[in-house]
Amino acid sequence: MNAEALAFYALAAMVLVGGFLVVQSRNLVHAAISLVPTLLGVAGLYVLLNAEFVTAIQILIYVGAITVLILFVILLTEGATGLRVRQRNEQVPLALLVCGILVVLFLVVLLRVPWGPPTGPMPAYNPGAVGRSFLMPYVLAFEVTSLVILASLVGAIVVARREG
Amino acid sequence: MGLGGLLDALWQVEFLRMVVLAAVVFTFLAVGGPLFLVLAERKISAWIQARVGPKHVGPHGILQTVADTVKLLQKESIVPHRADVVLFTAAPVLVAVAALLDWIVIPFAPGVIVRDLNVGILYFAAVSSLTVIGILTGGWASNNKYSLLGGLRSAAQMVSYELPLGFSLLVVATLTGTLSTVRIVEAQPYPAHFYPSVIVAAVVFLIAATAEANRIPFDLPEAEAELVAGYFSEYTPMRFALFQLGEYGALLASSALFTTLFLGGWKGPFALPGVGPVVDGMVWFLLKTYAVVFFLMWVRWTYPRSRIDQLLNVSWKILLPVSMANLLVAGVLVVLG
Repeated sequence: MNAEALAFYALAAMVLVGGFLVVQSRNLVHAAISLVPTLLGVAGLYVLLNAEFVTAIQILIYVGAITVLILFVILLTEGATGLRVRQRNEQVPLALLVCGILVVLFLVVLLRVPWGPPTGPMPAYNPGAVGRSFLMPYVLAFEVTSLVILASLVGAIVVARREG
Repeated sequence: MGLGGLLDALWQVEFLRMVVLAAVVFTFLAVGGPLFLVLAERKISAWIQARVGPKHVGPHGILQTVADTVKLLQKESIVPHRADVVLFTAAPVLVAVAALLDWIVIPFAPGVIVRDLNVGILYFAAVSSLTVIGILTGGWASNNKYSLLGGLRSAAQMVSYELPLGFSLLVVATLTGTLSTVRIVEAQPYPAHFYPSVIVAAVVFLIAATAEANRIPFDLPEAEAELVAGYFSEYTPMRFALFQLGEYGALLASSALFTTLFLGGWKGPFALPGVGPVVDGMVWFLLKTYAVVFFLMWVRWTYPRSRIDQLLNVSWKILLPVSMANLLVAGVLVVLG
């Protein structure tokens, strides 16, 4: 086994164990904190793929912002901290069904894609190229995402105003 | 060069190098950070307030923090009643590690950098945001309302000030066309027509970095008088020392990044005689960094603490619009060339 495979399995274990703790912890704060190793592990997988920009963004947005936001909401919600919350409800069979279908779908995709050898070196990376690809070929997706985020921002303010 | 590619051939060598570098950076951080800075802070505050400061341990009290550290290491480690043991223990380690990770992309001299990442300043912004999780966790796990309040305040403050900080980094990236810290230093001094934008970005960065490091006038997370030191009030010496390491490490890292982005990094006004470029670069870099640290200490002992609403208003109503406008100006400056 070479070093890259070793690193991959270590990171994958980190993601899986973290993810298991997220869904299995009965303490909500523990669940939220378990997101940190999970998301950092995913960032590590991006490093293995030579995607440094995505790695930095993954840590900045998901670990640094989203997790903090989730923690913040949990800590500010009275009664949810330190309690042992039941993590299962009556929809276990339904969830199992959905998971099963997803597993089958992923397996089909994984087995059907012809995984050839890597073709050529990675394209040269620079921030200008990232910016240009945002504003030229992917401008529609970029703008639609911005609009969705703006809408949720306005929505959050409206909801907060009504209660306050 | 990608990290994955380096892992291939001689990963044992790479791994060893990683461990050694981590030890070196950590030692630098511990000695150049809390050990020296706490003494500097006490001496400077004494000087500003016309006092003498520590005087008895060693000549002029220079061994005072060494003695303090020995005392801290000897004390009993206590976990408060009904605290969350795992998270309580993990939080200070997370804060210290986050402060350590910042230093990977700081260039000390030409060629003296742990790794010149393509995404250097983005990486810096990313790992320095990990501190918030440590502070929030520590505050919650202590099972103390003051700690929790301190942790929550800290999170609100750090998340708010990350935005203007990020915008200043973006302005620098726009002007230099790169995210690599080494290439940013090489691009300096900036052309004269970039100055308006650079100066605004520098001021915004300095204010935001002060807030990120939780220092007066933005030290609400640990306001002694109302929160009894905030998120770390329940921590006993050894772990408290780790928090201090994280805090002073973050202060030093922000100053080092300020030096890298705006003060020309390792470049000095003249070359020192008789030493190579590496020593020359390191001397200038450390001089500038500690000058910035001194400035921040000067501010700390001159201004009072602000209120939480003032603090958040400054970030969202002044710094953020100013830095957004500045980004636009920077874009125009680049296009006009």
